[in-house]
Amino acid sequence: MVTYIIRRTLGALLILFVVSLATFLIFFGLPRLAGATPETFAARYVGKTADAQTQQMYAEKLGFYDPLYEQYGRWIGAVFTGTEYDYGTGVEQCEAPCFGYSFRTNQPVWEDLLDRLPVTGSLALGASIIWLLTGVAVGVLSALRRGSFFDRAAMTGALAGVSLPPYFTGLMFLYFFSYKMGVTAPGASYTPFADDPAEWAYNLILPWITLALLNAAAYARFTRAGMLDTMGEDFVRTARAKGLTEGVVVTKHGLRAALTPIITIFGMDVGLLLGGAILTESTFSLKGLGYFAIDAIGKQDFPQIMGVTMFAAFFVVVANLIVDLLYAVVDPRVRLS
Amino acid sequence: MNTVISPRQDPTKTPFLELRDLKIHFPTDDGLVKSVDGLSFSLERGKTLGIVGESGSGKSVSSLGILGIYHRRNATMSGEIWLDGQELVSASQDTVRGLRGKRMAMIFQDPLSAMHPYYTVGAQIIEAYRVHNKVSKKVARKHAIDLLARVGIPQPDKRVDDYPHQFSGGMRQRAMIAMALSCDPELLIADEPTTALDVTVQAQILDLMRDLQREFNSALIIITHDLGVTAELADDVLVMYGGKCIEYGTATEIFENPEHPYTWGLLGSMPRLDQAVTERLLPIKGTPPSLINVPPGCAFHPRCAYAEQTGGLDRTVVPELQLTGTSGHRVRCHLPAHTRQEIWRNEIKPNLEGVA
Repeated sequence: MVTYIIRRTLGALLILFVVSLATFLIFFGLPRLAGATPETFAARYVGKTADAQTQQMYAEKLGFYDPLYEQYGRWIGAVFTGTEYDYGTGVEQCEAPCFGYSFRTNQPVWEDLLDRLPVTGSLALGASIIWLLTGVAVGVLSALRRGSFFDRAAMTGALAGVSLPPYFTGLMFLYFFSYKMGVTAPGASYTPFADDPAEWAYNLILPWITLALLNAAAYARFTRAGMLDTMGEDFVRTARAKGLTEGVVVTKHGLRAALTPIITIFGMDVGLLLGGAILTESTFSLKGLGYFAIDAIGKQDFPQIMGVTMFAAFFVVVANLIVDLLYAVVDPRVRLS
Repeated sequence: MNTVISPRQDPTKTPFLELRDLKIHFPTDDGLVKSVDGLSFSLERGKTLGIVGESGSGKSVSSLGILGIYHRRNATMSGEIWLDGQELVSASQDTVRGLRGKRMAMIFQDPLSAMHPYYTVGAQIIEAYRVHNKVSKKVARKHAIDLLARVGIPQPDKRVDDYPHQFSGGMRQRAMIAMALSCDPELLIADEPTTALDVTVQAQILDLMRDLQREFNSALIIITHDLGVTAELADDVLVMYGGKCIEYGTATEIFENPEHPYTWGLLGSMPRLDQAVTERLLPIKGTPPSLINVPPGCAFHPRCAYAEQTGGLDRTVVPELQLTGTSGHRVRCHLPAHTRQEIWRNEIKPNLEGVA
């Protein structure tokens, strides 16, 4: 078990390393192939209108003449140990984890990321609970009543749910619930949970439902398929032969087995979401990580893009690691082999 | 319809278990599947009935039917099942559920897939015990350890916390038996209990089942395609073909004076140690019928070597299960009794015993 944990953790670190390398090469290696020079890199920082001499000076100062591996080492080193930036007029200390400063706002990227995390985290938390509960419940009922009206209606609804993008459902919800009925928040507002939990939920309920709808549909189909499989298993027949009530047979024996792969996917989906729910955040103008990423890409703010990429990758990898470890807890066959 | 009871049943008494004309049909898109089509038999406590037949003959479905765990939504069930004076087909699902595991229990074929992979063996036995007995977990655990010890699992107090995949095949089947025995059932149904096991382990499990049956005085139904197992354990034998009983009698009668050509085929396809190695087995030609399109008349006629001797009856009339001889032996065959007995004595039996 200990070796399993160690092996998985090392694997996770390796993946993060590869992601960081790839991210770095995309922004600093590929442009060279396309003819970019150290001066054009420097131009990103000082502006395209700066004269050649200024560009060269900054290219020198920012180390763009150094070999790529040194530049990568400096970038990743800053993440772990922090670094100092010499502006000529003074030295700025960038504490670890340092992802540099935005071109545009001069804000440290890391602080921006931390600012945005609660918004995305709140969105992911609420939505994931909603979609997990509804998706699994609908899937189980559908499987138990296969072919019934409920099953057909639910699966048709699920197909619609999977097919409709959040910017459509989200806008529909906003139109009906916020503008027509006025029962929900009109979007573009976020109140931290610590300030006012009720206001927090009121502002997030529509984004939650919008985001949850998409995944609940997928989970319903997934759960249904899993339940159909496990309910046909021999051990479910054994459970019935023991004289257990149907409720216990379904939950303790059928669902318990069907839930394992769902938990796996759930962990990965939540991890993915923590890196930003771009469509939902944009639809409701929530200033989360997804919104941040879109904004950074639109403005070509490289330090921000690289920062948010690594941030998102970190969550995905950590979620995978947790899922792997959880799997060992859930399935005794993994634990012992 | 005449009642069909065990040859050893005292007709003045009510049998412990009796099936009367049990039918389990599944309507499907392709047609009506008659998995069990009019099955009748009886069984006393302390006795063993062997139900024999090929895959798809309806053996397993009938046993699941007795326990009431056929698929309720798409199966129709008719006839009567009497367990100790209580009728089960018309009883409520909850009544049957209350009997399941308590008064009637089942041992399944493949104990690896029949036990839940996520719960320990102990937890699964404890669960079976606590459904029907209001006891603390501690008491149930003690009971589970006792049961594991009884079925011959070494260090039961440690193995009780193991998962099914940590047991060997034979151990798993023992654990499965322990689980079935947890509430001292009066009726025990074993569906191919040794099929998934090594031959050496098979003998141990059969021994164990025989011992336990004596100890618990339960009625035992062994469902198998293995005539060796039947010969080993059964008092009565019932041969099924195409959802129907085609021969029913005491084990001695079935093995010594079988009268149905299908039973002859089963005996001929059983390897025997007392036969010269060069002798070929005599497989039954053809394949078991689809239960959707059961051949008209006698379901066995396409595979029967003696079908022409019935004068065309084989294709038109379903033969009745009729008494033959004096020992309560019943056969479903168009051939006249004396013809069958002659064929058995003169053609089949000498062949089976080799050219001695």
